[in-house]
Amino acid sequence: MSQQYESMWRELGLDLTAHDALLKVLAQGYHDIFLSQANRPTGMDYFNFVVSEVHGLRIQELMDAKRQGRKVVGSYCVFVPEEIVLAADGVCVGLCAGADFATDEVEKLLPRNTCALIKSAFGFKLGKVCPYLEAADMIVGENTCDGKKKSYELLGPLVKNLYVMDLPQVKSEKGREVLRSEYWRFKEEMELLSGVKIDAERLKKGIDAVNAKREAVHRLSRLRNSDPAPISGLDSLLINQIYFYDDPARFTSSVHKLCDEIEERIAARNGVFPEGAPRILLSGCPMAVPNWKLPWIIESSGAVIVGEESCIGERGTRNLVETTSESIEGMIEALVDRYFDINCAIYTPNPGRLDDIKAMKSEYGADGVIHYGLQFCQPYQIESIPVEKTLEQMSVPTLRVDTDYSMEDVGQLKTRIEAFIERIK
Amino acid sequence: MVVTGIDVGSRAIKIVQMDSSTLSVVNMKKTETTFNPKEQILKVMDGLNSDVYISTGYGRKLVQDVCGCEAITEILAHATGAKSLFPEANSVLDIGGQDTKAISLEKNGQVGKFEMNDRCAAGTGKFLEFMATSFQIPIEKFGDFALKGQPGLAINSMCTVFAESEATSLMAKGIPSEDIALALHLSVVKRSLSMLRRVSDVGPFVFSGGVAKNRCVVKMLEDELKSSVFVDEFPEMVGALGAATFAIYKFQGTRKNIAK
Repeated sequence: MSQQYESMWRELGLDLTAHDALLKVLAQGYHDIFLSQANRPTGMDYFNFVVSEVHGLRIQELMDAKRQGRKVVGSYCVFVPEEIVLAADGVCVGLCAGADFATDEVEKLLPRNTCALIKSAFGFKLGKVCPYLEAADMIVGENTCDGKKKSYELLGPLVKNLYVMDLPQVKSEKGREVLRSEYWRFKEEMELLSGVKIDAERLKKGIDAVNAKREAVHRLSRLRNSDPAPISGLDSLLINQIYFYDDPARFTSSVHKLCDEIEERIAARNGVFPEGAPRILLSGCPMAVPNWKLPWIIESSGAVIVGEESCIGERGTRNLVETTSESIEGMIEALVDRYFDINCAIYTPNPGRLDDIKAMKSEYGADGVIHYGLQFCQPYQIESIPVEKTLEQMSVPTLRVDTDYSMEDVGQLKTRIEAFIERIK
Repeated sequence: MVVTGIDVGSRAIKIVQMDSSTLSVVNMKKTETTFNPKEQILKVMDGLNSDVYISTGYGRKLVQDVCGCEAITEILAHATGAKSLFPEANSVLDIGGQDTKAISLEKNGQVGKFEMNDRCAAGTGKFLEFMATSFQIPIEKFGDFALKGQPGLAINSMCTVFAESEATSLMAKGIPSEDIALALHLSVVKRSLSMLRRVSDVGPFVFSGGVAKNRCVVKMLEDELKSSVFVDEFPEMVGALGAATFAIYKFQGTRKNIAK
């Protein structure tokens, strides 16, 4: 895609040499990990296209939207309500944080023992290789873990417009009030940024668009309980990653089209893995694009991933926003209700997450659970121990994996995962 | 039928051949892995006669490339080997050249929970080898040397590089090198035990892998566990034995205990 978009990338201030190198690695990785899978549904062609144009056509669309006066908002977290961005006629995109980049530069700003996700967000900025970040009119940070909230203090001066949203840490009335007031504040900020007054009609449209997107991925999730697995975990993860940056309506219809095909496949018992292949539920830290390392190791070892209890997955997309209210106050309240229920490890205590894992395990017929922790991610690493203990007590084989984005531990991970698969076979 | 288990570890390639009708070991071979494992595999397999091969160890995929056999992980291999040698075993600790594994065994001999060091070789055979070199003592004699030391000293760092500098500064203080060696062994034992206790603290325990030849590590493990520990005469061969045993199970479709 290089030639035709070069002037756009230049205009955005990207480092073209580094960006070219990144695209080359991505294309190679995508080929080796995704395109080489056997018997993929043809509905994946759309998503292949989206990935091939991830820094091209999609950025072109964002630039066109900006020329029409629409605002682009970048976010790093599933607590940022896309509905409000859409209601202000904005475009909401998830920002890249799934690969190591410019690590030397990053480690001048952040301690080495910072999680890979945070380092990656900085690396994409410092390396000047993320067109989404550069195209964003506002970047929304959020006070989730200590690592993120403290690092936003350092990211602020590096980007043109960082807005930080406060988030509750406890599921109490007081906590709910924090989220409520923060969503009202965010609504006002979006109005200020866009010059659009968010009324009930606009917010309703935003809610409907995101609900429709969620319903589509819920449908896909349900279809994954079939054996033989009609779609790989890698492809499903990819769809969940694309969820964050594609045009919502186009994404929704593409997922439904894929689901239609998957239903036919299920009826014909046509799977991407043999019937009876070991089934894994992944649970833990978010896997931001293009972080495909662990799912790739799991699926290339012969097991299929049937669900992701993750921000990039069901934790992020679970539950719809209630649409019974016609008033703006009622709709914001419905947003608060939906988002407050996200079972993120930033809450203390967070028993709902364990319930979700158990429910997903039985719903998707998983034989075992792999807990994915990013090194130095305290909230999820600390939760991983009771999660493992509880599941093992229920005779659910569980493997805890702590890793990062580097490839140095792939050999050892492969051994552990193969042994885990041997155990559940 | 003759079955062959090949365990390609970081330090050595081990081969165990068994007769599936008598269930006895008919041949054992061992060679260095070196920096050219593929060539070493070809060399050590040259002239072997076998009906079935099963590979294991970190180089298991290389063996697959060479002979197209099935591969199993070293975790399954050590569990199978340990259970075949000591049917009453409940837990296995394997300390090899670059990996430490702790495995809890199910009643039927299958692998239960397990742990493995992820990216650092601290507390493995490599750590002891590195330290033995800096003490200028052959690795085979390092355990006996340490057993002469007085207990009471602690090495706090588990990083190989930091532990060496800690040992060096203790030497500079005039502390007898046997005492330091003993403390280094203790640090390996403590680290392995914390891994073992995360998966199982139920004996009987089997200790396998090359480090199980070190008498000092065995003794300290027994002291800490307050229990005796099963160690085979050839503990470094347990993985290869497990792979060969697995081949027999696979073709007999059973999982009965096999005496050596």
